[in-house]
Amino acid sequence: MAQPPALDRQALQQRLDEDLEVEFSYRDTTPLVEMLSEMPPARQTFILDWVRRIASTHIEIAYQFALHVRSAMERMDEPMIEAWVLRAMDAYDSSGLHPAIKAIQGVDQFVRQGRERASGVLFEEQVGVLLPFLHGLSGRRLKLQQGDALYTDSEVIYLPDVMAHLPDRRDNFLLYKAAVAYHWAQARYGTFHPDLMGYLQGQAAPGKALRCFHALETVRLTARIERQLPGLAREMRHLEKRLQGDARPACWAELTRPLQGPQARAEDSLALVERLLGEPLPPPCCFHGELRPEAVAATLAARLPREKAQLRVALKQIADELHEGHPQQPAGHDRFEIADQEPPQLAEDFKMELQINGKSAPIPDGVKSTLISITQDLGEVPNDYLVPAGPGEYDLREYSEELLDPEAVWSGAYHEQGAFFYKEWDYRRKHYRKDWCVMREMKIKPVYDGFVEQVMHKYRRLITHLRKTFEAMRDEDRLLKRQVFGDGVDIDAFVEAWADVHTGLEMSDRLFTRMHREERNIAVMFMVDMSGSTQGWVNEAEREALVLLAESLETLGDRYAIYGFTGLSRKRCEVFPIKRFDEPYDTEVKARISGIRPGDYTRMGAAIRHLSWRLGQVEARTKLLITLSDGKPDDYHDAYRSEYGIEDTRQALFEAHRDGIHAFCITIDEKGQDYLPHMYGAANYTVISEVEKLPLKVSDIYKKITS
Amino acid sequence: MQAHSQKPEAYFIQEEPYYEPVGDEIGIFEAAYSKQLPLLLKGPTGCGKTRFMEHMAWRLRRPLITVSCHDDLTASDLVGRFLVKGGETLWVDGPLAAAVRVGGICYLDEIVEARKDTTVVIHPLADDRRVLPMEKVGELLEASDDFCLAISYNPGYQSVLKDLKQSTRQRFVALEFDYPEAGLERKIIENETGVDSQTAERLVKFAHMTRNLKGSGLDEGASTRLLVHAAKLITSGIEPVLACRACIAQALSDDADMLAAVNELSASLF
Repeated sequence: MAQPPALDRQALQQRLDEDLEVEFSYRDTTPLVEMLSEMPPARQTFILDWVRRIASTHIEIAYQFALHVRSAMERMDEPMIEAWVLRAMDAYDSSGLHPAIKAIQGVDQFVRQGRERASGVLFEEQVGVLLPFLHGLSGRRLKLQQGDALYTDSEVIYLPDVMAHLPDRRDNFLLYKAAVAYHWAQARYGTFHPDLMGYLQGQAAPGKALRCFHALETVRLTARIERQLPGLAREMRHLEKRLQGDARPACWAELTRPLQGPQARAEDSLALVERLLGEPLPPPCCFHGELRPEAVAATLAARLPREKAQLRVALKQIADELHEGHPQQPAGHDRFEIADQEPPQLAEDFKMELQINGKSAPIPDGVKSTLISITQDLGEVPNDYLVPAGPGEYDLREYSEELLDPEAVWSGAYHEQGAFFYKEWDYRRKHYRKDWCVMREMKIKPVYDGFVEQVMHKYRRLITHLRKTFEAMRDEDRLLKRQVFGDGVDIDAFVEAWADVHTGLEMSDRLFTRMHREERNIAVMFMVDMSGSTQGWVNEAEREALVLLAESLETLGDRYAIYGFTGLSRKRCEVFPIKRFDEPYDTEVKARISGIRPGDYTRMGAAIRHLSWRLGQVEARTKLLITLSDGKPDDYHDAYRSEYGIEDTRQALFEAHRDGIHAFCITIDEKGQDYLPHMYGAANYTVISEVEKLPLKVSDIYKKITS
Repeated sequence: MQAHSQKPEAYFIQEEPYYEPVGDEIGIFEAAYSKQLPLLLKGPTGCGKTRFMEHMAWRLRRPLITVSCHDDLTASDLVGRFLVKGGETLWVDGPLAAAVRVGGICYLDEIVEARKDTTVVIHPLADDRRVLPMEKVGELLEASDDFCLAISYNPGYQSVLKDLKQSTRQRFVALEFDYPEAGLERKIIENETGVDSQTAERLVKFAHMTRNLKGSGLDEGASTRLLVHAAKLITSGIEPVLACRACIAQALSDDADMLAAVNELSASLF
């Protein structure tokens, strides 16, 4: 490709003035022009292109970029510069202009982090390996999260987002692994068993005492890991040596010898703290993190009553099941015991046996994990935990985390808990905006007004016809002839073969018939536009079409789901499940179809992303996403109604296609021809010019695209 | 060395196959056999179901005819079919008919893999009638007292399509198998492979780690069979970590992250 000629000063000035809106902002572009005019044309184009792309998001960021790009270019190559810019724009999307400008100005920090990144490993990349690794180890199922420091609260291990202490990626990964295992060991082998908060309050120098306890625990836990996981202990030793050499004070090993035995407990470490407080401590290695007893205490305070409730409710269930069919024995007098219990700080496995009235009983899986967690906290299961809950004593929902009603989100202060987040494609930026749309699944209000029956009556002739057509498309047993193996003999083939043998020809081995079932194996998702513009008879036609479609699909036996979608701004995208894949087509679903009412706008990208994710969870050979719509993607006071919306929808459809989903659009927008080919592809849409024809056509179209 | 070929119905197991009883399964099997009741072996893959069958065949001195079921297995694959030989048709018994004829033990492995219409041919054999109707020859083959029918399946499969019909499962005496507890599993590995007891113990511990992951990334944990494979490689001089990778990790998953995690677990142990 020929290089474009370098722009002269005047052209540069003009282009920058235009992109940075100098007319209104009075920014001084002269130094930028100076800088650019000295650059080779390829570099000029690169910078100007990015200035324009950033300016589509915010002009000030673009201006700052132009000011800093020269010094950045001296130290980074083009892909790195792109990463730097995109990070700034992500910062703008998530937290506003100020952090974004800070990100642009912090070139130095970015360059340094870039170096870290080259050899460092990211939490996000490694969590997929670290989490199963952690779950493979025994005990309570801990979680992993990014945090400001490395520590555990005995339920979550918080890890830094980058690990870059060593120059090699593999070693940095091992650091993560060591950090995870070390903190797992803290929770598993009872570091938090003694009352640390109480102990520290009585200390003159609590910080020092805590550091000392941490160092002693490190000795105890390392010895434990040594016995349990010798390979890991070897790795840890190796890492420690590389990071700080042998930094242990001379007499340290001797002083801490009692902690290295198999019987040592956290209480022993605590007892030693007094004696060693004055001694020099070995410096903690980076994967040892820090102790935060206050975080542990807070988690514990929430966990103990929760698990007590869970256990007692579960025991009640067990007791109820035990007495089912024996009404003469009243429940509530059972004696639950845990036998064979060893202190978990010392034991290798959690061996426990549940006894009911002296007889041993199997422990259900969910109960077992609760029991393990309780033993880990308390050393045993106390007797008052083993009393089945009385009627109505606990409401487990009080303890569950997901108590949020999606409706309640909008009534109170706005928050994004429990919603799905989706990215959105910004075509001017040529990049995604991360976690841009907030998507929720809302309930549709069913309306029991006999709408479906009316439609069935109105279209009764058509329905008979549809049933016939769709019945003909159903799975069929087919008799395959001339097979190499099968249930019966294919007489025709056999006669031929017989003749062949007698004339001295080779005999075919295809002599059998076999029944074979042709399976359709299709899952289809209908995505119904519920935007405000469908008000009136479009809505009516959509609902009628859905009724006919459901009738046809019930005959055909394809799996299908119907979801409505609408929304108001990116923070409020909503889909309404009308029929989920696993729901039968019953009166409730019919009432929901009748209850479809127009809502607000059509932010299609988010809806497509969410519904293709839903569709992706269904196992089927063919997956179809069919949109019933009445117009372009659109949103309230937003750039979404223009090209932006079309490009984002197109990108969302690309993503769906990549996941093996075929998309199709049925629209009543006569102008659909203008934009639909661009979004769905030339053959994947149909425009229906008359609204009243919609119900008649939809089933027809479905038949056409699936046979 | 030349491989021997023998008809399965004439093949008697001569040497005692190694089997460690976990509970009272041998007693139950013998009782059911003497009362002519068919047996259903449930349990995850590689926990010793097939080995148990071999052991019982040796114990009862009956030939063991094993059919591994698959979704193309038809009724005539089990019962038999006509073949053309020298210008005449000739009936050839399938493995099930052969076992009924000689009074052997017919073991249908992974029965849920077979198509549903195939499974029903065993119904008349599996209740008190104990006959095998052979429609194509128009005969009814009556089983002798020695004949025994056993089937196996893995209830761990999550697929709704692969479940045993009630009408089939309610004909059988069921034996449940699971991975043996740690001490016994270690002993089995030592006995099978001659590996030292520390390595065996670590292998068992590794298996428990993978079994912890069942349902959160792995469909199944490592089976006893996989542990035996790994131990065999270790005894022939392969590094334990490598053996675990080749025999266990790769067999459990294809997912790159999961593999990495499982490998990290094994590297932690050895």
